[in-house]
Amino acid sequence: MSPALTTEKDDRASAAAGSPGSAGAAGSVSIAHVHKAFGRPGAAQPVLEDINLRVRPGEFVCILGASGCGKSTLLNLIADLDEPSSGAIEVPAGRPALMFQEHALFPWLTAGKNIELALRLRGVPRADRRPRAERLLELVRLSGAHGKRVHELSGGMRQRVALARALAQDSRVLLMDEPFAALDAITRDVLHEELTRIWSETGVSVLFVTHNVREAVRLAERVVLLSSRPGRIVREWEVDIPQPRRIEDAAVADLSVEITEELRGEIRRHGQQ
Amino acid sequence: MASSKTTRGAEVGEADGGKQPMEKSVEKSATTAGAGHPGQDLAGLEAGLDALDAVQTKRVSPTEVLVQKVLPPIVAVVFVLALWKVLVLAEVTPDYKLPDPGLVWDSLRELWLRGELLDIIWTSVSRGLFGFLIALAIATPLGLVVARVKFIRAGLGPILSGLQSLPSVAWVPPAVIWLGLNDQMMYTVILLGAVPSIANGLVAGIDQVPPLFLRAGRTLGARGLVSARHILLPAALPGYVAGLKQGWAFSWRSLMAAEIIAKSPDLGLGLGQYLENQRNNSDMAGVLLGILLILVVGIAIELLIFAPIERRVLRSRGLLASAH
Repeated sequence: MSPALTTEKDDRASAAAGSPGSAGAAGSVSIAHVHKAFGRPGAAQPVLEDINLRVRPGEFVCILGASGCGKSTLLNLIADLDEPSSGAIEVPAGRPALMFQEHALFPWLTAGKNIELALRLRGVPRADRRPRAERLLELVRLSGAHGKRVHELSGGMRQRVALARALAQDSRVLLMDEPFAALDAITRDVLHEELTRIWSETGVSVLFVTHNVREAVRLAERVVLLSSRPGRIVREWEVDIPQPRRIEDAAVADLSVEITEELRGEIRRHGQQ
Repeated sequence: MASSKTTRGAEVGEADGGKQPMEKSVEKSATTAGAGHPGQDLAGLEAGLDALDAVQTKRVSPTEVLVQKVLPPIVAVVFVLALWKVLVLAEVTPDYKLPDPGLVWDSLRELWLRGELLDIIWTSVSRGLFGFLIALAIATPLGLVVARVKFIRAGLGPILSGLQSLPSVAWVPPAVIWLGLNDQMMYTVILLGAVPSIANGLVAGIDQVPPLFLRAGRTLGARGLVSARHILLPAALPGYVAGLKQGWAFSWRSLMAAEIIAKSPDLGLGLGQYLENQRNNSDMAGVLLGILLILVVGIAIELLIFAPIERRVLRSRGLLASAH
């Protein structure tokens, strides 16, 4: 790893201050030469290698890869839960919203109060929180769920509340870490449609991590394939299929086959080494 | 693709300025949805899924509660009393060692008629609860610090766990020497018994907080004390409440040990002293009454104060079997 690549965490601050020199336009995510390694210096295991990626404002990008490609690590870096070993990450002002595979809702709060807590931590005044939480629940079509306890909701409803909580951060960027992986196929299909709708209604940029090729093609405007150990960007596809798409569409299937071939090739490489 | 890209770009531009993306775009989604599958369809589909998947919360009827929760302990108590009576009738041991249950009842009545019963109970209960509250005030910050500060944990953690296994009776002799025969001595013994168990409960509760909650809290912008207040402490509450329950049991036990051992006219008459006095009078019925009162009061406080708190905490999180 080149020592010349220094961590430029301060870029976040300057981007927030609207410095004219910063590469990222308002609302876009830009990742430049990001490396990440875990472990002691010297014996460090590289997880991400020279990642370069720009997400345009309002763009929907899926990051695709087999296990060990560092997908989640990349999201953690963008969400500022972890520091890159080197390279620079720029995000729009404010903290990116992050949604996990597990709903991560707080079980001691009701669905509505979970959203209100997010608003509160963002500094929204008390009087505004309740109506805003109601509006967000309406957006994910859970109007009646404000007083519901987390354990009273189904898996799909929990993920929708989690989505509403993430949207409560009013961030320009929504990071999603395999958010639908644990759901049954019917629910997942409905949530794909729901997410596409909410994305087009809110104009938020989405960076969606998955290992499900069809899901990636169903949702994204652009699919980015990562190699494994270390994660490197192998190829990108622009998805030209107009929305609304369905996961059963022939065009979705065709592109999925092409991408799957490439993904399998990547995986095979590991068996040969 | 080119056309879809330009529409997206335009929409983002508007969202940048207008800052009202939600309301504005509802009409948009209605038009796009009209092309293939109407948005109404999706809403209906979702409502159906929600209805199918929704977790049913069953309300337990009062009769069920009576049969499942109240009846078994009553049967058990009746059984023990019957066994006692049979042993007395069979004269397995002289009656100065095992008096008739009726004699114990007479002692209780006598105590009540002399107007001393409630005084004796209140003396002990007020001491126990007050001592418990002090222990709570000390143990909570202590537990927080031990759980979150590595250095302090390495130093104090083993001592706290060790203290938990030390019978608190052992503290009575030193406490008498340090403080003399007074209430302070009692409270000291209670604290030495209850503080470690409450603090340990909190530490265990914090250790069991899923890291996911802390990560989720961080992405929402909660750090440091804000995170402790909104995420860490509420998440650790079940373990903390379990620690409180145990802390009360330790308080009560320590107090009884102190009351039995330390006797002085300056100390009011509590349950422990009553028990010890009856032993001196060789009044076995009184001794058994003393033990039963200590038992009943300890259980009553747990059932009336701690069990409802614990049930509420667990039920609200869906951690009680009966909630489903």
